[in-house]
Amino acid sequence: MAEHTDDTSKPLTSLEKLSRRSFLSRAGAMGVATAAATVAPVVASAEPERPQPQGDPAMPETPGTIPITLKVNGETHQLRIDPRATVLDTLRETLHLTGTKKGCDHGQCGACTVHVDGRRANSCLLLAAMHQKAEITTIEGLGTPQKMHPMQAAFVEHDGYQCGYCTSGQIMSAVAMLHEPWGDTDTDVKEALSGNICRCGAYPNIVAAVQSVRRHA
Amino acid sequence: MQPFDLISVDSIQDAVKAQSSSSTAQQGASVRYIAGGTNLVDYMKLNVETPAKLVDINGLSLTAIEPAPNGGLKIGALARNTDVAYHDTVKTQFPVLSLAILSGASTQLRNMATTAGNLLQKTRCVYYRDTAYGCNKRQPGTGCSAIDGHNRMMAILGTSDKCIASNPSDQNVALAALDATIHVTGAKGERTIPIAQFYLLPGNTPERETVLEPGDLVTHITIPALPAGAKSYYLKLRDRTSYEFALASAAVVVKQSGSRIDFARVAMGGVGTVPWRSLEAEKALQGKVATPANFRAAAEAALHGARPQSQNGFKVELAKRCLTHALAEVTRQA
Repeated sequence: MAEHTDDTSKPLTSLEKLSRRSFLSRAGAMGVATAAATVAPVVASAEPERPQPQGDPAMPETPGTIPITLKVNGETHQLRIDPRATVLDTLRETLHLTGTKKGCDHGQCGACTVHVDGRRANSCLLLAAMHQKAEITTIEGLGTPQKMHPMQAAFVEHDGYQCGYCTSGQIMSAVAMLHEPWGDTDTDVKEALSGNICRCGAYPNIVAAVQSVRRHA
Repeated sequence: MQPFDLISVDSIQDAVKAQSSSSTAQQGASVRYIAGGTNLVDYMKLNVETPAKLVDINGLSLTAIEPAPNGGLKIGALARNTDVAYHDTVKTQFPVLSLAILSGASTQLRNMATTAGNLLQKTRCVYYRDTAYGCNKRQPGTGCSAIDGHNRMMAILGTSDKCIASNPSDQNVALAALDATIHVTGAKGERTIPIAQFYLLPGNTPERETVLEPGDLVTHITIPALPAGAKSYYLKLRDRTSYEFALASAAVVVKQSGSRIDFARVAMGGVGTVPWRSLEAEKALQGKVATPANFRAAAEAALHGARPQSQNGFKVELAKRCLTHALAEVTRQA
């Protein structure tokens, strides 16, 4: 979003510099008017912006919310959430960890796959308030663009995606698979990852990526 | 999703007390136990389940998988499906259960789902899932939309003119063939229920699916030891090779003396309104030589009472062939 500067010499306004995602999430957090007033420190950067978590216990209580503790990628967060909030929605909407995707929201597509105490799970079916003692790992906790997990690097190398929406779930499943009792064949990979649907049909490249990591593991 | 209160308990007594305040343990319960949540949270999002209170039972010490006093196996209600499927004793002594669990859902869901949760798994009938349609199971008296609707996936055994929803579980088909016992603690104390008496046919009250009463908490199940030399197997047929519910499945336990079958247990999935134990097939196999003709005769007996709907007539022959293949495979292992 921040790269469309080539066809004009006119400098971008601070609002234009703001990425769409950061704009939307800030708008959601504080309202559009405040968002416009807070853009000054935001500059185009390769690093994803990390807005402050909502649901800070110090913030005014929203009726019906409850205080919880959630451990994500080694960090402990004190939050206030609706008891109905899933781990998925809390990651995305409250902690702004948007690498974990919402696909079907019913445990059928695998886009929301995270690790809970080292085991993969569909975060859309987990109530956050029930997982306060769990160690949750998301795609953001696996690696960074500068230092990718070998599975992330393999997906890049083997082009294991088209649109990329299912990719974080595929990778979280694939990494978990490395520690599960599966056989060596492509058929084993297909069975192990059958809970992760790819609407683009990038399956052959996904299998190739996963197998390349397994062969070198 | 409707708002609810969430409490967690650390004793079976507190759990039972909390759920006892609901007028039912069946469809429409105002208080629900929650463990893995894979089924319940899904149905709460659809407003098919609208409990006012959830009782988180994950703090209870009910995860053990251990030898039972009678030589069989005891599986805690909160043992995760993955842990049961990969347990050494299950894999070696009761492979039908391991195969059945691993043929269901995905690894993610099996990591979350529990033994007792799977035991109480709800139907996937599309009309039960969609509150825009009438459904006697979800809302008694509103009619069965499946009978004149999309009924390809529905049951052909144990149906009534009020409900034709199929039971979706694989685990429970294996447990039916293994003659498991359900151990329950309720408001009046502990009791045991043979799995053959645990599920209720829909009849005129499809909203009542099990014999569980308010407060009842499944604490564990037990599986009796099989006769020495018995083999077991699970075969599941479906539209995709993975991550799909059964069109037909068969759980078989067979012991042979020489070429004769002297012990047989048969249960079928995908075709029944409940996990479908077939005493008819077992009787047809008893004392018979293991031949394709005798397997086919058992399959004919198992499906004798089948009542297909407009779109699932294929299930009758598919289920027969499924059982025939499963029997051929299990007797080849002997």
